[in-house]
Amino acid sequence: MNAAGLTHRDGNAGTFLSVRDLSVEFLSDGMPLRAINGVDFDLHLGETLCFLGESGSGKTVTMRSLVQLLPPTARIGGKVWLDGIDVLTLDADRLRAIRGTQVSMIFQEPMTALDPVFTVGHQIAEVVVWHEGVSWSAGRARALEMLELVQVPSARRRLDAYPHELSGGLRQRVMIALALSCKPKLLLADEPTTALDATVQIQILLLLRELQRELGMATIFVTHDLGVACEISDRVAVMYAGRFVETGAMAEVIDSPRHPYTIGLLNSTVHAGSERGRLAPIPGAPPDLLDMPPGCAFAPRCSRVVAACREYMPDLQELAPGRAARCPRTSDPGI
Amino acid sequence: MNATPAPVDPPGTAATDPAADGRPILGVSGLRKYFRLRGGSGGVGPAYVQAVDDISFTVATGETLGVVGESGCGKSTTARLLMRLIEPDDGEILLDGRDVGGRDGMSLRALRRNVQMVFQDSYSSLNPRHTMAEEVSFGLTAQGVKRAEARRRANEVLEFVGLEPAIFADRYPHELSGGQRQRVNVARALALNPRLLLLDEAVSSLDKSVEAQVLNLLIEIKERLGLTYVFISHDLNVVRFIADRVLVMYLGKVVEIGPVDRVYGSPGHPYTRALIASRLSMDPRRRIEAPPVAGDLPSPINPPSGCRFRTRCPIAEPVCGSREPVLDRFGAEPAHLAACHALVPGSGHGQAPDRDGGTVPENEGSRP
Amino acid sequence: MSTPATYAGEAPARIVEPHKRIQRTYWQAARRRLLHDPVSMGCLGILFLIITAAMLAPWITPHDPYTSSIVNRLKPVLSPGFVLGTDELGRDMLTRLIYGGRISLLMGLLPIFIATLAGSILGIVAGYFGGKTNMVIMRVADIFFAFPSVLLAVGLAGALGAGVVNVLISLSLVFIPPITRVAEAATTQIRAQDFVEAARATGASAPRIIVGHVLTNVASPILTYASSLIGLSIVLASGLSFLGLGISPPLADWGLMLNTLRQSIFLAPVNAVWPGAMILIASVCFNLLSDGLRTAMDVKP
Repeated sequence: MNAAGLTHRDGNAGTFLSVRDLSVEFLSDGMPLRAINGVDFDLHLGETLCFLGESGSGKTVTMRSLVQLLPPTARIGGKVWLDGIDVLTLDADRLRAIRGTQVSMIFQEPMTALDPVFTVGHQIAEVVVWHEGVSWSAGRARALEMLELVQVPSARRRLDAYPHELSGGLRQRVMIALALSCKPKLLLADEPTTALDATVQIQILLLLRELQRELGMATIFVTHDLGVACEISDRVAVMYAGRFVETGAMAEVIDSPRHPYTIGLLNSTVHAGSERGRLAPIPGAPPDLLDMPPGCAFAPRCSRVVAACREYMPDLQELAPGRAARCPRTSDPGI
Repeated sequence: MNATPAPVDPPGTAATDPAADGRPILGVSGLRKYFRLRGGSGGVGPAYVQAVDDISFTVATGETLGVVGESGCGKSTTARLLMRLIEPDDGEILLDGRDVGGRDGMSLRALRRNVQMVFQDSYSSLNPRHTMAEEVSFGLTAQGVKRAEARRRANEVLEFVGLEPAIFADRYPHELSGGQRQRVNVARALALNPRLLLLDEAVSSLDKSVEAQVLNLLIEIKERLGLTYVFISHDLNVVRFIADRVLVMYLGKVVEIGPVDRVYGSPGHPYTRALIASRLSMDPRRRIEAPPVAGDLPSPINPPSGCRFRTRCPIAEPVCGSREPVLDRFGAEPAHLAACHALVPGSGHGQAPDRDGGTVPENEGSRP
Repeated sequence: MSTPATYAGEAPARIVEPHKRIQRTYWQAARRRLLHDPVSMGCLGILFLIITAAMLAPWITPHDPYTSSIVNRLKPVLSPGFVLGTDELGRDMLTRLIYGGRISLLMGLLPIFIATLAGSILGIVAGYFGGKTNMVIMRVADIFFAFPSVLLAVGLAGALGAGVVNVLISLSLVFIPPITRVAEAATTQIRAQDFVEAARATGASAPRIIVGHVLTNVASPILTYASSLIGLSIVLASGLSFLGLGISPPLADWGLMLNTLRQSIFLAPVNAVWPGAMILIASVCFNLLSDGLRTAMDVKP
């Protein structure tokens, strides 16, 4: 197994989360469907790693498989060490304990994560009482503290609000408060700003950045939006058809992308500096996971494809410490 | 090169030459739509969502007018009003200078031959029980075209948007990718030979690599068929990329309108400035450090009095609550209008320019 | 890369090679699923037997259903000449069951058919046009819906008087409101979809959109729901006859047979069970078939 790129060379020192050769298979109409394949990475406390990819690239499945939050038909392979614990071998009770206290998750749509029949104060307090065994009044005090932490205006009044009484941005803040109420060390964020308006999205991104700095969590952030990734993450793993195709520090990947897919993605994204005229999109559409091309999954859309690309899946090759791309032609001139 | 004949024979409304001569193809004045809410707002009397409140603008033949704004600003309602999918409470819509639906005006049927709409791609934009050919030809048969002829035309339009009819005509929506479905949405609108296309978040739900393909297609189609676009989107970068002029909406009102370079380069309204500054940087070394504007959008039910943006506005003053600003010219460019007291000499706002000086506000919002 | 035609290169989402693809419409796919479901097929087989027997009754029954005979009263099962025995008036049980099935099935199926037609029209109109139209139709439906179906059927049949036609009318009235409600809910949901808006934007008239877009999408929820009511309808029809509100002797359906045999239940318990068993078998088969139908229709084409 070539574990290049996002894995740390210095053994386990400082590594909070360590993932090796992670794979997930689903059963689709009786046929096994490989959603993700051979994912390796390490993550320190205080670090933000972003899974960047389009729909169907496996970014959400990868994140959810870390805490086994997948439908029962999923088969997870590989190893996940969280603070030295082998997560994939845990029983249901231990998993539940870990999910609340060590690892928390925030979602795109807060309404699905919040219970509509309880006030937000009650929901946060309940989590604290449940996991830490404190009294209800202490739980409620923590709820207030959390709402203030996520900068909900007039927090004391909002403790007694029901989720539907809050605006989209406030609901997202409440969900973050709920997720952080037991001081997790790893935060999993699944496109938490995608459903928000632009002026609210930037507020939430800034809040997450600030909270992470304050609390020193490790964060995994899933997004399809290059701009969001640039605002929030230290390192990035670009995903395509269930594999990492390029990994590295955010700034380096943006400045000098090495995998043709990353280059294509950058060229197709309309940004503030885009010239009017035509864009240079990647032709075609992502492959069907049930009907993957032999060899490199990106080969049918790739402009630099050579014969070998259609025969075998290239390894993730290390280009520099902490930097890798799954393409045999990264060192070719003109790339 | 594609040998398909351009599928446009200028529709029946003879006298108008669809040349890009800047004559307005569409004129809207005083358009208003309130939705009554069931059960009221908990207070006394019925509650209304003021979805679109007294907006006016024109669209010149051959241009692309971008419409931007956040959720609840009324941009989608505006598109549906223009298409007459919902009836306006008040206001006038002129197509080629003729009233639509009036006694001496244009019939709804004629409106729908001239104006078509492309919806956001989603599973609800195409009938799951229809093949692509059925979906595209449905409107034609509704307009009285014979079935075989409609089918032939559907194939032609599918080919025009880049979908080989031999492969795609008999497919169902779930057998297509998002980008392909959106091409069908475009084909369905083009089948009726419209001159004006309303694109309501037409690329918003697509993956970036596919979004770029569809954007290119839209630009291509516009050039080849000489169409006029109203391009509605929440994505400021995409609008800047594709539009000639841009209209900014906030809670049912037009707050600013003008040529793209002017609006993005020197925005007049504080909301436009905030919106432009909220665009993500695409550069991890130059991240945004402070939110350009605080708070959430207020509910469009019972919006704030006076200027609707004042509750979030960094430069709000008492005058903003008492009087509603009007959309007016404020700088050197006559086509650039904004609705803000701070731009109007003598409005009573502390930052208003002197009556004689007329300084244009500096480029706060735009990023270098 | 400059003409739109070049974008045709975009790979098909799912099926790359055309030969792998089998073109199926939605209804073909649903039928295929149904044919592969053993439970549904078993039920369909049983119902086919019952229905064919009922239709061919005059030619296949061994005896006359109305000729009574004092000597042959309550003969046990497997008596010579009477495979299932005889009833309290000495008539052949098998013959009576087959003839009774004609009326019971008619009274189970016809009201559902009528109610499906009427309920679909009302529900689709209410759902598509909304507003006041919707309010009037749905409030009236709600009034009927407020009564339990058994009570409503008994009340209506009682008011109209006994007789096959009156049972048909009252059962149809019982089933119109629930079907209306299902049709309305399905239509309201379809009505809000963008493809309906798009069809309106092309200038298509309401009837055309209802036929072209709404009907194809609401047909499967309405049909599966309606089929689930057939079993209930058979039970209700039998119940009305049992109470004397349905048909009158010497005609018989399973419900009335059950009633007349009730007096003999201690003398010949096995004989008394037959009509009840038929009601049970028919309604269970219809319900299981309806379940299978729902699963089969719950697919993409």
